[in-house]
Amino acid sequence: MSGPSNYKPTTAFGKWMHERLPVMELVQGQALDFPTPKNLNYWWTFGGILAVMLVVQIVTGIVLAMHYTPHVDMAFASVEHIMRDVNSGWMIRYLHANGASMFFIAVYIHMFRGMYYGSYKAPREVLWMIGVLIYLLMMATAFMGYVLPWGQMSFWGAKVITNLFSAIPFVGDSITTLLWGGYSVDNPTLNRFFSLHYLLPFVLAGVVGLHIWALHVPGNNNPTGVSVKGAQDTLPFHPYYTMKDAFAIVVFLMFYAAWVFFSPNYLGHAINYEEANPLVTPAHIVPEWYYLPFYAILRAIPDKLGGVIAMFGSILILFVLPWLDTSKVRSGNYRPLFKGFFLIFAIVCVALGYLGSKPAEGAYVIWSRILTAYYFAHFLVILPLLGLLESPKPLPSSISDDVLAKKKPALAPAE
Amino acid sequence: MKLLKTLGIGAASLVLATGLAFAAEGQKPARDVSFSFEGPFGKFDRGQLQRGYKVYKEVCASCHSMHYVSFRNLSDPGGPEFTAEQVKAVAATYTVQDGPNGDGEMFERPGLPFDRFPSPFPNREAAQAANGGAYPPDLSLLTKSRPGWYGTFNQLVNGIGGPEYVYSVLTGYQEPPAELAAEAPEGKSYNPYFAAGHWIGMPQPLTDDQVTYDDGTPATLDQMAKDVSAFMAWTAEPKMEQRKRTGFMVLIYLGILSLLLYLVKKKIWADAH
Amino acid sequence: MSTAEHAEVNRRDFLYIATGAVGAVGAALTVWPFINQMNPDASVLALASVEVDLAPIAEGQAITIKWRGNPVFIRHRTPAEIEAAKAVNIEELPDPLARSANVKDGEPATDVNRVVGGKEQYIVMMGVCTHLGCVPIGNEGDYAVVEGAAKAGGWFCPCHGSHYDTAGRIRRGPAPENLPVPPYAYIADTKIRIG
Repeated sequence: MSGPSNYKPTTAFGKWMHERLPVMELVQGQALDFPTPKNLNYWWTFGGILAVMLVVQIVTGIVLAMHYTPHVDMAFASVEHIMRDVNSGWMIRYLHANGASMFFIAVYIHMFRGMYYGSYKAPREVLWMIGVLIYLLMMATAFMGYVLPWGQMSFWGAKVITNLFSAIPFVGDSITTLLWGGYSVDNPTLNRFFSLHYLLPFVLAGVVGLHIWALHVPGNNNPTGVSVKGAQDTLPFHPYYTMKDAFAIVVFLMFYAAWVFFSPNYLGHAINYEEANPLVTPAHIVPEWYYLPFYAILRAIPDKLGGVIAMFGSILILFVLPWLDTSKVRSGNYRPLFKGFFLIFAIVCVALGYLGSKPAEGAYVIWSRILTAYYFAHFLVILPLLGLLESPKPLPSSISDDVLAKKKPALAPAE
Repeated sequence: MKLLKTLGIGAASLVLATGLAFAAEGQKPARDVSFSFEGPFGKFDRGQLQRGYKVYKEVCASCHSMHYVSFRNLSDPGGPEFTAEQVKAVAATYTVQDGPNGDGEMFERPGLPFDRFPSPFPNREAAQAANGGAYPPDLSLLTKSRPGWYGTFNQLVNGIGGPEYVYSVLTGYQEPPAELAAEAPEGKSYNPYFAAGHWIGMPQPLTDDQVTYDDGTPATLDQMAKDVSAFMAWTAEPKMEQRKRTGFMVLIYLGILSLLLYLVKKKIWADAH
Repeated sequence: MSTAEHAEVNRRDFLYIATGAVGAVGAALTVWPFINQMNPDASVLALASVEVDLAPIAEGQAITIKWRGNPVFIRHRTPAEIEAAKAVNIEELPDPLARSANVKDGEPATDVNRVVGGKEQYIVMMGVCTHLGCVPIGNEGDYAVVEGAAKAGGWFCPCHGSHYDTAGRIRRGPAPENLPVPPYAYIADTKIRIG
């Protein structure tokens, strides 16, 4: 990692340690003194919020695993045991279940922030791609976690999602059989999902380490998108951003706590409080809210394989986003046309989420198709063309100039 | 910035879209009942839970299991709060299977507080066979698994209406409309509130004065339906009072901490530029 | 430094200390449920009683039942075993305390304190060696009553060689305490409830 370090061990032990493992230098250089643009707004606090949520999910998850039984005959009952008998078990389970939703809310805000301010552009392409990988891992982890309580939606969600792989030509059926460990979702499936659900968060933590590493090489992007030009543009991470992040994290925790303690089941499905029954499919199968836009894309295509390709494609396309956006200007603040299209894109994503929650019939299907087409057009047509056609507004000469201009309202035009 | 604010609102509405579910075919929205345990300050009414337990025991328990609930739960704080002696007496009125004993035989003994409520049928198949193919669902979690009404915003504000669903089904038996009467399936009753179509396998379980309340409350159909719905709200979420109480302390604490952190942040940033 | 600046510094320090303290208290309070969840849960605490019919146990016979996950020894002692247990001088015992949940703490380890008065023939105690938790073997050890070639009463722990007498009291070996007597009561003439 780059970044200056003024670390000078002051104690004898500090010197001894520094010669053997310079961990204090790492902390000082990367976490305390790390030069951070002085104009980051609150949208930049979601990285810290996500780190906190990962820790919350791992800690509550380890605790739940102490009481949970991954067996089809006992999984549902063991969850009820946690809810009724284990000391504070109800709280720990609700923290974990709602924590998943909070994690996704934060990651979506984090991603849209990156898209708006062009944080994926050079030299941060690898940072962005690692981020997309984190998102994929999160989705896989959350999906397998949702299966564990072995309710009706757990079971049928697992069946539908694993069946996606049967669309693959020639080997599809073999792959689903391999995933299930049998001819349907059953005990072997539940056991392996439990094993992987426990493993993946630690993989995730490792990839988050890479994400931070890849962040600390070029340093943070910022709302102007203008690169840092010198020390006058930055502040040390601590105490400026540690305290700003801490404030934002606590506010986010209040939002989280409101769900956990006052509406803990709203973000889930009622039918999942009924134990899995492999003989009866619930009337409507809906994934968790954070998958809904992709579910809509899946159902928009009237072909099994085509739907699966479109759904995975809609996520994988994010990997090449840095090369699809041809504009040299990073921040959307200085791109008048992009601003409008970005807003439309965001609305399209929300609308796809809405459509994903509706039954696949009538006007819902037609709208899903239109919006799916728009989703891909945004990446494949609009972004490449915009960079060529748009004339951006003049950029500030530096971050500190921009900050100073904003401090003198008389000189700064109203936003 | 404005754009991102719009986005924030968009994200919030996406969150709202999460509870989206669909009304099952033709289910009539449940009739709203004002329960004491609604809202962030709501608590269970002990008397109501005790009456509801009586309805459960004397009426529902002949067909419906409740196997995640133990006798001892009846004396837990935040529930009906029977005394420990009452719980022992209640448990002793049930016969539970235990064993094997030294000879390898299963044997029966009177219930003890730590036993779960025994199920009326040994397994799902037996329950179905005895009830014309319809499975009488377990009552431990019913008010959390059956919505009384739908709608993203509606459920966010009013909850899923689980206890109201139970209340509406219990009080919702009526003569089928003329156009449906002809196609009435044998052995089924008409009930527009029932989630799986209008025809319900359970014959009307409650009629006025079916049970005699110990506290002298008149046992009208409406009263019994309310009481047993409240009781089932408790069996589904026995830690509700503890949850809300903890929630208030957590929110007050986080509120204070966020205020302090805001002041700290402001102070530190005052000399930043 | 002027007084005004001084006051400013103090106010700022107070804010930092207050915030740090509030944060630390919250962190500590949050940690507790995550530790407490490992304590026995409500169902474990409730599963605390088991009834045993003693009538089928013939004199000189013993049974082992499970209570709270541990073995409980129930032995119908012979008069010779009871006599041997009563003959012991309490002063000489490695552990002179009764270790019974049915008498007060600190009572001496007399034979009658190890059983229930009037029911001396039945001894009920945890079958868990007080050394490191193995299950002692019955009718074994140096303190069993020897009748011809057979031994009766007395327990011996094979793991590390602790010898218990016919009242389950430690006599020799590494175990520090007598085998504990669980809480139990007679609910009928030959029926007890443990827990």
